Amino acid sequence: MTTAAPKRELPTRHAYGETLVELGREDDRIVVLEADISKSTQTYRFAEAFPDRFFNVGVAEQNMMCMAAGAAICGRIPFVSTYAVFGSMRACEQMRTSVAYPKLNVNIAVSHAGLTAYDDGVTHQAVEDLGIVRSIPNMTVLQPCDAPSTRKAVRAAVEIDGPVYLRLTRIAMPILYDDNVDFQIGKAIRLRTGGDVTIVAVGDMVFQAREAAERLAAQGIEVDLLDMHTIKPLDVDALLDSATKTGAVVTAEDHNVLGGLGSAVAEALGEHCPTPLLRVGLQDTFAQSGSYGDLLRHYGMDASHLVEAAQRVMRRKQ
Amino acid sequence: MSCSATRTASMRTAYGEALVEVGRTNPNVVVLDADLSKATKTSLFAEAFPDRFFNIGIAEQNMTTVAAGLATCGKIPFATSLAVFSTMRACEQVRTSVALTNLNVKIVGFYGGLCTAENGPTHQCIADLGVMRPLPNMTVLAPADAPSCKACVRWAVEHPGPVYLRGLRDGEPVLYDETGPADVSRIQIHREGNDGAILVNGFMLHLALEAADRLAARKIHITVADVITIKPIDQKTLLEIAGNVPCVLSVEEHNVLGGMGSAVAEVLAQKHPLPMRIMGVPDVFSNSGKHSLLLEAAGLTTEKIVENAVELLAAT
Amino acid sequence: MTTVSQPGIKDTTQELARWARLLRYDTLRMISNAASGHPGGCMSMAEILTCLYFHEMKVDPQQPDWLDRDRFILSKGHCAPILYAALARKGYFPVDELRNLRKIGSFLHGHPDISTPGVDMTSGCLGQGLSAAVGMAMAGRIDRRDYRAFVVIGDGEMNEGQLWESAASASHFRLDRIIVVLDFNALQFDGTVHEVSNPGDVRGRWKSLGWNVLEIDGHDIPQILDALRQADECRGRPTIVVAHTIKGKGVPFMEGDYLWHSLMDNDLLTSFVKEMHDELQRDPDGFDADRLW
Repeated sequence: MTTAAPKRELPTRHAYGETLVELGREDDRIVVLEADISKSTQTYRFAEAFPDRFFNVGVAEQNMMCMAAGAAICGRIPFVSTYAVFGSMRACEQMRTSVAYPKLNVNIAVSHAGLTAYDDGVTHQAVEDLGIVRSIPNMTVLQPCDAPSTRKAVRAAVEIDGPVYLRLTRIAMPILYDDNVDFQIGKAIRLRTGGDVTIVAVGDMVFQAREAAERLAAQGIEVDLLDMHTIKPLDVDALLDSATKTGAVVTAEDHNVLGGLGSAVAEALGEHCPTPLLRVGLQDTFAQSGSYGDLLRHYGMDASHLVEAAQRVMRRKQ
Repeated sequence: MSCSATRTASMRTAYGEALVEVGRTNPNVVVLDADLSKATKTSLFAEAFPDRFFNIGIAEQNMTTVAAGLATCGKIPFATSLAVFSTMRACEQVRTSVALTNLNVKIVGFYGGLCTAENGPTHQCIADLGVMRPLPNMTVLAPADAPSCKACVRWAVEHPGPVYLRGLRDGEPVLYDETGPADVSRIQIHREGNDGAILVNGFMLHLALEAADRLAARKIHITVADVITIKPIDQKTLLEIAGNVPCVLSVEEHNVLGGMGSAVAEVLAQKHPLPMRIMGVPDVFSNSGKHSLLLEAAGLTTEKIVENAVELLAAT
Repeated sequence: MTTVSQPGIKDTTQELARWARLLRYDTLRMISNAASGHPGGCMSMAEILTCLYFHEMKVDPQQPDWLDRDRFILSKGHCAPILYAALARKGYFPVDELRNLRKIGSFLHGHPDISTPGVDMTSGCLGQGLSAAVGMAMAGRIDRRDYRAFVVIGDGEMNEGQLWESAASASHFRLDRIIVVLDFNALQFDGTVHEVSNPGDVRGRWKSLGWNVLEIDGHDIPQILDALRQADECRGRPTIVVAHTIKGKGVPFMEGDYLWHSLMDNDLLTSFVKEMHDELQRDPDGFDADRLW
């Protein structure tokens, strides 16, 4: 386990913005496209450092997506930045037709994932994007939970040949990993080893899951906890390894329970290892405006709900 | 490709006829199209009710939000295009203007799956069910034939709220009688057997029925059920079926990720874990060519259904 | 630019100016309370929204679902606070509710939601508002109702493709009951509209699509009222009022600074709100103390 004690917090979008600058220095193929919210997505840092390789296309996400495809065809490695609602939905067909179908090395980095958009309200909370992007062939879908793993994810996105959808948070996340975290696309990170119940978490929900695991440990329940930062391709081996051992699984995602991590896990379990599963996330509802903590509690997604879900699913073990 | 049905009919023609039918009985029904009225057969409605038909041009995003505006004033709009444009070009508009507002808008997308074969992957749509399913408030329908498509249109008019209706094209085998299923929101059981169950939707239904015949000849009796409503999935019937069989095979003309198979897997894992296998397009873009050849390349044939069923049974 | 010299217009202007000031106060107070939101674009549209809600629009807060009401869509939905202020002051819900902007359990969401009393359409994802108005105007035509559909759009929205799709539809279907006001403050999130994307010849773009185009000073109340009257009289084509405005208008440290698109410094804003409160209380032409909060 390569974890560090939480010392400070940082929104993962900040780690993204910082890493872009480093990458820009190392590789002049990197270009960044932005849709008028550079101070929010943090691409303004890249814009300041490399004004010639930064393109603010205005509030025109569809246009931006196809421009990135064009740049990729000409050998550039574009990062497309906007909010998750717009990256996955406003420009959905452009992502699918111009980026995914030709399998271009376009990296779509989107902020305001799920309830981390908190008081901007439901229009700006993307709770559907993982399901949408997962359905599109050739897409890789990532949501690292903290700043160090985000830095690694941004670099990994450049390395793999093909499109990546990288989901980032608006709010600050605790620092979980150290800078040497072994982040590999498609390889879950085991945060805790236990034999009683598996919790598979992604993104900001990793922190709720860690807290839940600690509380469960205090009750004598040992959790096998996976940070499933890659939703597609899913690390089926790690999942099955854990599910076979524990016989009960909970998923935790800041997303609708239809289509996202919970569905990916349900598909894999059904096909390889039928196991009782509870999916924690938004229960097929839109949320509302409010603080992040209030929203997690209200929609049954905080650590105490995860504890409860783990207890419930364990009762269903065969 | 042979099929057990004796005749075929065009689903899009059925859609156009159904629109005229509901347009006659309900004056609030209005229809929008994005320059494809001859392909989607909304032209039939346009001829019958020119004042309630709006061709918006090739502007699907605009069309979707226009439909939402109409719905705020009590209209029941059917915004019609091709599946790829209805669900993906206008994705955020469907989500924000229709699903989030919970308005009474019916989104209809034709050429779902691979059926627009020769037009190639840009116009085929294997992601629409996966794209629509995560949107809260959406109902997602995928009928198999002309009568069930008509039943879906009638159902959509009677049930307020957002609906996505996945249409196919022409020449779908007719598997329901003239009036279609009585309640499209329920899983329709076509064959009953306790050795296993095949859950299907759309064009796959007739292949599954044929596979069931072949399996029956080998003394393997399986249930074949048509999941017309992908969301909200009919959990009650699904669990009843699951309770009587050792395993479930899902077959759909859609990506294996995110669609009906995923919906079935969610319910089973949560309520009744059971071995299953998900057949569909294996998370790849297809090709241009004859529909039957594209299905073959994706492993969506009667033979493959039989093969997968036998393997799955042997493993359980 | 037009000038107006109607009898009584001075009183009307003064009255509307007072409302605009109150809406500015409410809006800034809400944003400072919530410690987040988008003040700059709210300030630039204060007079426009005031003229619509307190003069031009046929609405009845007692019957928010009245079928013949004029419709209003705030296409630049991030400016929801000033819309909520106008709706509260108009009587759709208690002014006290404004304290709950962006809080869980309140219907005053970060961006407008159709479930809020008086809100005719969800918005906030830019470029969609005019499309909804097209649908509303089509329904009005089918039902033979003569309500109008008003839309306030931001200049940044001209970046979005959908806006131009809807602009073509509105004129193609000759929807003359659509009246768009463009809050042309010339600043968007990342800078000036010219720095971010080329807006081109704004008048010319709309004119070429067959729109009736008017151009005014968007803070000049008589000009706004006159443009809305002309728009109402226009037949056979929709109207856009290009209203030149100042982002952050009325707040010295905010005016013309694109960084105040979002909340920059809540301490600064909060102390300004306090000053404004005292000033409004002292003003003999101002409002009764109990109308402030």
